[in-house]
Amino acid sequence: MLTRRALLEGAGAGTALAATGLALPKIDQAKAEIAGLSADLPSGVRGEAAMERLPGKQPLIKLTYRPPNYEAPIDYFKTPITPNDKFFVRYHLSDIPERIDIAKWTLSVGGDGANGSVDLSFADLKKMPAVEVVAVNQCSGNRRGLFQPHVPGVEWGYGAMGCAQWKGAKLKDILAKVGLKADAVEIVVDGADKGAVDKTPDFIKSIPVSKAMEDTTIVAYEMNGAPLPHFNGFPARLVVPGWTGTYWMKHLTSIKAVIKPFEGFWMKAAYRIPRDKFPGVKFASQESIGPNTPITEMVVNSLITSPSNGAKIKGKATVNGIAWDGGSGIKMVEVSGDGGKTWQKATLGKDLGKYAFRPWSAAVAVGKGEQKIMARATNNAGQGQLTELIQNPAGYHHNLYAAVAIIGV
Amino acid sequence: MRYILVTALAVLIAAPALSDESKVELKKADGRDKLEANCAACHSLDYVQMNSPFLKPAGWEAEVTKMIKAYGAPIDDADAKAIIDYLNKNYGG
Repeated sequence: MLTRRALLEGAGAGTALAATGLALPKIDQAKAEIAGLSADLPSGVRGEAAMERLPGKQPLIKLTYRPPNYEAPIDYFKTPITPNDKFFVRYHLSDIPERIDIAKWTLSVGGDGANGSVDLSFADLKKMPAVEVVAVNQCSGNRRGLFQPHVPGVEWGYGAMGCAQWKGAKLKDILAKVGLKADAVEIVVDGADKGAVDKTPDFIKSIPVSKAMEDTTIVAYEMNGAPLPHFNGFPARLVVPGWTGTYWMKHLTSIKAVIKPFEGFWMKAAYRIPRDKFPGVKFASQESIGPNTPITEMVVNSLITSPSNGAKIKGKATVNGIAWDGGSGIKMVEVSGDGGKTWQKATLGKDLGKYAFRPWSAAVAVGKGEQKIMARATNNAGQGQLTELIQNPAGYHHNLYAAVAIIGV
Repeated sequence: MRYILVTALAVLIAAPALSDESKVELKKADGRDKLEANCAACHSLDYVQMNSPFLKPAGWEAEVTKMIKAYGAPIDDADAKAIIDYLNKNYGG
């Protein structure tokens, strides 16, 4: 059994770790059946999390039953496209639609920033010119559970993300059906989920008109060539490539152009980060309504998908993983077999597009005993991963170097 | 308030469960009944376990206050106090 103590006593590893400010990854024997469940999560998570199956899904790591919050184990990221039945599930509010009849579904489009209004049927949506984009959908709070000190919220490990090929109609084509006024500033989107009590603020989000006008910002009705799984937003969801999942409204029901910043709870109070601490495009119209700023684009990040924590390796380790960012694309991934003392460039795999998971691999020499394999990605904007977290109250944008602890034999 | 809660619970019971949350069992102690009666109207109780044990007393108080003020949970003052006490004693950090 590999214990934290044994790891800490591993020759050389501790010194290299101290230099990077990173905690050593721990191996949780008690929950070994959940591949990759980090021992850095709050211990309460490790007591209640379990591999469980939602209808239409492979087993996922259940964090909460109601609303359902289920993340993917690290094993599910061994391919750069995440299969629909392995894609994570995240809801904010517990009154979620059980099933949606597409014959009755309508998408209402209008708002005070539009010249008119229209209700689109599912057939109307599918008749529009379709575009496809491969894009990562990652929860803003992915890895929140790894923040030290811990912050409250859904205590995600690594798996509140997935990458799919999305197909749908351009949001700008939908907006063209009603016509945008010159002074429209944001596009407000709502979905079919809501709170269990009337006073709970409905989950409603907005994006700036500039992002709404991009050719790959779409209302998607297909995911990896199949209808959206129910728990990923059937029959249609917003896809906002590069931006965190909070904007990717599921079970979409309404699109409104507005001439004033939308001040609902989920924009004004939630999903905000300190100003000027993170890279990422500014959501300018929202800055006037709060002391902080909305989270926007994902930060550059990577994940080691193999070997897994605790693997026994002789001589040379073949290290595989994925890297992604908010849309500049991955320039380079470096891998270390000695806890960050020396680094070598990984070979990048197939490029599925600038918003996609980029697979990579490297072969690194590993010494005997407990060793730490690490990875760090750099994007085309020159941004890299961090060795120390940028603290923020809600635990967003965790992108510390990837690391697994292995045993050299 | 009681009426709203009963209605909310009735809706939940009527709908087929997404998965089995009945296996979630919080520590048996004073105040658990108040917590179950109020909090479970809107979410499963694994939210409590998941957020433990790291919240200090001010942290749990802030969470319960957020549920009432931001999310509109109809919890009266006496119940809120009992819930906060229960969380601090059993799931505090």
